Amino acid sequence: MTVATLEPTERSRRADQDAADAVAAADAGPLLKAAGISHFYGARAGCENVSLELRSGEVLGIVGESGSGKTTLLNCLAARLRPASGQLAYRLTTGRTVDVYGLSEAERRRLTRTDWGFVHQNPRDGLRMAVSAGANVGERLMAVGARHYGDIRDQVTDWLTRVEMDLERMDDLPSTFSGGMQQRVQIARNLVSQPRLVFMDEPTGGLDVSVQARLLDLLRGLTNDLGLAAVIVTHDLAVARLLSHRLMVMRQGRVVEHGLTDQVLDDPQDAYSQLLVSSVLQT
Amino acid sequence: MNAIENTNHGGNGGHGGNGAGGHGGYNFAYLDEQSKRMIRRAILKAVAIPGYQVPFGSREMPLPYGWGTGGIQVTASIIGRDDVLKVIDQGADDTTNAVSIRKFFVRTAGIATTEETGQATIIQTRHRIPEQSLLPGQILVYQVPIPEPLRWLEARETETRKMHGLADYGIMHVKLYEDIAKYGHIETSYDYPVRVNGRYLTAPSPIPKFDNPKMNDMPALQLFGAGREKRIYAIPPHTRVESLDFDDHPFEVQTWSEVCALCGADDTYLDEVIMDDRGTSMFVCSDTAHCAERRAAGHRGPDGDAAPTGLVP
Repeated sequence: MTVATLEPTERSRRADQDAADAVAAADAGPLLKAAGISHFYGARAGCENVSLELRSGEVLGIVGESGSGKTTLLNCLAARLRPASGQLAYRLTTGRTVDVYGLSEAERRRLTRTDWGFVHQNPRDGLRMAVSAGANVGERLMAVGARHYGDIRDQVTDWLTRVEMDLERMDDLPSTFSGGMQQRVQIARNLVSQPRLVFMDEPTGGLDVSVQARLLDLLRGLTNDLGLAAVIVTHDLAVARLLSHRLMVMRQGRVVEHGLTDQVLDDPQDAYSQLLVSSVLQT
Repeated sequence: MNAIENTNHGGNGGHGGNGAGGHGGYNFAYLDEQSKRMIRRAILKAVAIPGYQVPFGSREMPLPYGWGTGGIQVTASIIGRDDVLKVIDQGADDTTNAVSIRKFFVRTAGIATTEETGQATIIQTRHRIPEQSLLPGQILVYQVPIPEPLRWLEARETETRKMHGLADYGIMHVKLYEDIAKYGHIETSYDYPVRVNGRYLTAPSPIPKFDNPKMNDMPALQLFGAGREKRIYAIPPHTRVESLDFDDHPFEVQTWSEVCALCGADDTYLDEVIMDDRGTSMFVCSDTAHCAERRAAGHRGPDGDAAPTGLVP
């Protein structure tokens, strides 16, 4: 009798909680929302009419062969490239949603340097090779006004530890580092400002498999721990499976398939996705 | 030494109308009037926007880039017949560069020159600010090799101009961070970046950071000319000039345990002069006019009596 009365109460309480969460999530809406993004190089389409939504904490993988428009799309989403047409909305920490392409240059710089991160395939594109690893990581803090050396140093140390860098190398130039170490520094440099959204272009490209594995472990841990939303471009389906919740398959600038990662990789519907999945070497 | 050199070298000096004068058929102060007017317009704009680098059509001058072509063009376009010119190079009035530039203006403009800081109306300088405080109405003209303080961090001019436009200067601290990480303190000792009027990040030209505090709230007008880079910028009188630093590593100037060997000054910028090939050296004021003035007033340093008056041995 007692149990019978308690159970529905408990159940209804949970249901209420779920409903409240759902309402909160719906209120918050997507973190990033792109609509009809197209960009052309002459007559050739880099990406054509791509729309997507990304919620906070969600990792979206974009896969496809070379030249399929992955990087063009990523650059458009990261506001590094102004597409020929399309809209991009982003929800700020204040809850206000802004039109990213409509922001002034100063606002856009501030956004991309604090709330966003961008990890390049080649660390040379994302690091200052002539200044030390520590200064590279601290740059974002100084760019937004940090003026206390000791505090900056502490945060840099913290982040280099989190990306498993040897702290003895903190004041060395990145040009003296291996590719895997450079990539770690680049990741720390992006995460030091505690962004909510990170764009990655082939973050493990060009690294040997054991280094790749450790880096992927690190990335997965960081996205989980920090609740980071991420858009990851890769041609490596294993990387996509490991990191992303959802997957978009691109071909010739168009999205040919879009769904949960496991669903797309285990049961591809589009002919091109099937080809892509079946092309992976089975070992 | 003579405080004021002979003002009338050559027959034409001091004669003629507005454009004429000088020597050997040159226009007054070498540059043609149109060029001077163009440079004055750039200077006016520079004064109106303190610290902002104004592009200008830098002219060919009869000496190579890097020898002060920017400073000379600025001086040439502001100098008048009544002006008294002082030229210093690393603080000294008697080095080749300073002597040549002074003679250049004596020949082409027939103006008076001086070595006394207080007597000059225009002081053209390379790498120093005189020790003696400048006065209202004086103009300090700097020769600038690289006017862009961000160049060390960003090679693209398009990008640095954008950074200035957006006052996006955080990365300048990266350079200071590097110094502290490497040496434990801010090692940058010359061309130490400043923020002018709370807005533009500006290169003070390669003056020692010892001189940076003198730029703040200076009663004199400060003009900067970079001939090769084709830029003019300015700091109007009584403008706020701050040297960048960190809260826990505040800006500091150089200090010496020695005093000037000649005049005994303990508050000036000292040069270390090597005396022989066994490593003997002496410390002397880099501002020769200031040092001579102090000695004339009876001040003596440890080697003050040994040295002849005037030149450093």
